[in-house]
Amino acid sequence: MNRILEVKNLAVSFHTYAGEVKAVRGVNFYLDRGEALALVGESGCGKTVTAKSLMRLNPIPPAEIKEGSSIKYNGKEVLDMSKEEIRAFRGAEVGMIFQDPMTSLNPTMKIGDQIAESLITHMNLNKKDALDKAVQMLERVDIPKPEERINSYPHEFSGGMRQRVMIAIALACNPRILIADEPTTALDVTIQAQVLELLKELQSEMNTSIILVTHDLGVVANFADRIHVMYAGKIVEKGTTREIFYEGEHPYTWALLSSVPDLYEENRKKLYSLAGTPPDLLLPLDGCPFASRCRYCMQICKEKMPPKTELSESHSVSCWLKHPSAPKVEKPHILRRDV
Amino acid sequence: MTEATIDEKFKIIGCEDSDSEKIARPTMTYWQDAWRRLKSNRAAMISIVILAILIIMTIIGPHLTPYSHEEMIAEERNMGPSTKHWFGTDELGRDIFTRVWKGGRVSILIGVIGALVASVVGCIYGGIAAYFGGIVDDIMMRIVEILVSIPYLIVVILISVLTKSKGMGSVLLALCITGWCGTARLVRGQILQLKKKEFVMAAKALGVSSWKIITKHLIPNTLGIIIVSITFDIPGFIFSEAFLSYIGLGVQSPDTSWGAMASAAQNNLLFYPYQLFFPALMIALTMLTFSLLGDGLRDALDPRLRQ
Amino acid sequence: MLKYILKRVLYMVLTLWIVITITFFLIHAIPGNPLASLARNLPPQVRANYYAKYGLDKSVPQQYVMFLKNLFHGDLGESLKFPGRSVTDIISEHAPISARLGIQAILIGVIVGIVLGIIAGFKRNRWPDHLVMFVAILGVCLPSFVLAALLQYILSVKIELFPTAGWGTGKYTVLPTIALCFGSIATYARYMRSSVLDVINQDYILTAKAKGISNFSLIWKHVIRNAIIPAITILPPQIAGIFGGSFVIESIFAIPGLGSNLVDAVNNRDYTVIMGLTIFYCALYIISLLVVDILYGVVDPRVRVSEDTTE
Repeated sequence: MNRILEVKNLAVSFHTYAGEVKAVRGVNFYLDRGEALALVGESGCGKTVTAKSLMRLNPIPPAEIKEGSSIKYNGKEVLDMSKEEIRAFRGAEVGMIFQDPMTSLNPTMKIGDQIAESLITHMNLNKKDALDKAVQMLERVDIPKPEERINSYPHEFSGGMRQRVMIAIALACNPRILIADEPTTALDVTIQAQVLELLKELQSEMNTSIILVTHDLGVVANFADRIHVMYAGKIVEKGTTREIFYEGEHPYTWALLSSVPDLYEENRKKLYSLAGTPPDLLLPLDGCPFASRCRYCMQICKEKMPPKTELSESHSVSCWLKHPSAPKVEKPHILRRDV
Repeated sequence: MTEATIDEKFKIIGCEDSDSEKIARPTMTYWQDAWRRLKSNRAAMISIVILAILIIMTIIGPHLTPYSHEEMIAEERNMGPSTKHWFGTDELGRDIFTRVWKGGRVSILIGVIGALVASVVGCIYGGIAAYFGGIVDDIMMRIVEILVSIPYLIVVILISVLTKSKGMGSVLLALCITGWCGTARLVRGQILQLKKKEFVMAAKALGVSSWKIITKHLIPNTLGIIIVSITFDIPGFIFSEAFLSYIGLGVQSPDTSWGAMASAAQNNLLFYPYQLFFPALMIALTMLTFSLLGDGLRDALDPRLRQ
Repeated sequence: MLKYILKRVLYMVLTLWIVITITFFLIHAIPGNPLASLARNLPPQVRANYYAKYGLDKSVPQQYVMFLKNLFHGDLGESLKFPGRSVTDIISEHAPISARLGIQAILIGVIVGIVLGIIAGFKRNRWPDHLVMFVAILGVCLPSFVLAALLQYILSVKIELFPTAGWGTGKYTVLPTIALCFGSIATYARYMRSSVLDVINQDYILTAKAKGISNFSLIWKHVIRNAIIPAITILPPQIAGIFGGSFVIESIFAIPGLGSNLVDAVNNRDYTVIMGLTIFYCALYIISLLVVDILYGVVDPRVRVSEDTTE
């Protein structure tokens, strides 16, 4: 079976002092073996919560995974796993990289021990073998002098190096899925490219599937096979990378694309910025969540949630503009440029 | 649904700019927000009420009985609490109810004045050190480092031994002589941190005058932690005064404080435990309420916790 | 690291010297020299001897030099109240008793406090947390002498479980130790609780969870280790607190320790003893500050490096 992960109707809420925040509101997607999927959206749209839910890493309480949600890994329901099963699942089957490498490593533990830890847990290695394997892992993520570096502490590493260490930790047990939550956001632009390249290399080498969570469409262009655009806890448009970049249909996708800087002189214009902020997820949402910021907003958008329109086998969008009664609008110029 | 209404619904109306830029929640000033948070902290609010009662009682309490705090009634010595003497009498026949509130005056005054003096001195000292920086800062902080490497109570004992008079003044002097060091360090650290913060740099870059920077940025952002530190200092001073009185260096008879009363009651503990109970209860209650209030204020005033 | 320790030791000696100097001149600055006022009522011949014995016939700077010289040989002078009893004797005779009590109290206080704080942190907002925080609040607001009196009254007068006062077998140490360490337990429990809560919310805990390691490893290697390190910094005030506490606790329980000697000296205005004990306590405290500092460098890898780079 090629389908390694299938998420159905995932809904996650947070119970806070102010009420229930519905961070993720019914998300469906799947992941195939060896494929790279990108979840794209601005901060607070629920993409990180979705990613963490795949490993059940959201603290319960205050988080709550709603009844009817389903996450199937190789046909097995992750949400029904026992504590022991989920522990064996984390690290061994799925690895995760977090946004800020400066705070994601234990400051009082040697790098080698932090990599060896999951090897000892999941692969039944003794400490010495695990450290040998840790050296190999550091070598694979291009850390110079790995034999010496396993005895270093995180604060002796730069940000980019720490993110490489994080990748080594996440991939140590050769997991089938790697979840990368904004892995390059906290890094310098030059380092970003290196880290992405490394991830891509390791992906093809180990045949791992990757879920890349990011707010930056520029990052995913050469990386992902498919892109899901999220807004206010929902996926508003899905498609292959080509479909999203060339045939994107959702006004929010357009807005995201327009805010990627363009290097070509002839295309240079004022960088587009999307006005306003995402809706408060505490409040109930009747209409399309994007309505209040959408240039093409219609009366219906404010009243009813738009249905999903299938455009091709891989491409679907949730927008009232696709309704037969809606006026035809011209797509912005940005979609026609070369990617 | 008719054709017309469908058309109506599918007409592009776009987004009103004003709508999307509107901030959903009402804006609040720092102090309004702090007060809102403090109000929602039940323990802190109860503490404020209890503290208010305690302070009012130290003002009016001694006048509620027909006795004065130094009046000895020989035939009514060591009497347990009764309707005549609400908290009983001590070994010299003095009314404990009157003395508890009279002593409370001294204890609370020493706590409040001590904490205020220590804070003012600490703020000025820490502020100067942080403002000038460099060698001035270095020397000033070395001095503080030496001062804090002497155990506090040892200093207090030494100073109390040296000052001959036993009034509130000398106790205060003893308590304050190194009591300001903590505040000085706190204020210096906070200001140094603020000086590096982007909003202060931005203000400097925009050409805002130093005076404006100090009054608009540095002081408001330091005031919170100073208020919290005063709240935590007060019980510390009350405790130190009690301790001093306890070993015979504090306020002298016929004046009294809670510490002195507890000390005197210690000798009769086996036979008249109530004599210790009332002053001890007052000390505990005051320390408890100030600590809880301090906790509440810290949570309320810490901008990082603002939601 | 060695260079750093050496620097700290030098700094420590300097601090100690300043403390000694200040103490000496403060005592001698009291109007109508206190040493002299005690001798005033003696017959002239005896007074002259007395003056000579305590060096009072010399000028204050000369006395200071003499005092430092003697101090260097471990001689802190003689008691004014009990001539013939040297301060050094008092210290060597009574310090072990105070030391036993103090070490017992600090160990129990820190260990019990840390354990309770960790439990409270992990069981946040459930009954163990509420219980621990109740005890902690009690510890913060009950002065040690009130607690001592309470313990004495309940556990030795009413139930007769422990001796009321005095010094002897281990049984005698129970009540004073509890009275002394209760404050530390409370402070440490509160501190560790917030420290644990702070660490639990750190990103690296999420990383560790994502590795799928056992709960035991997670709590022990990742949470507790990181939460305990900052707790070392609040050790010095606890030590100072136990010094202070011992003064009253030893008096209440009639324990022949250094603390009760200091209180007696204060009440007798025995200035040489006060001065000697002040210096002794300061030295002890300054040394403990140094030890805590070095300990901190040993446990926290980040400090080790930043010290190296500042060299």
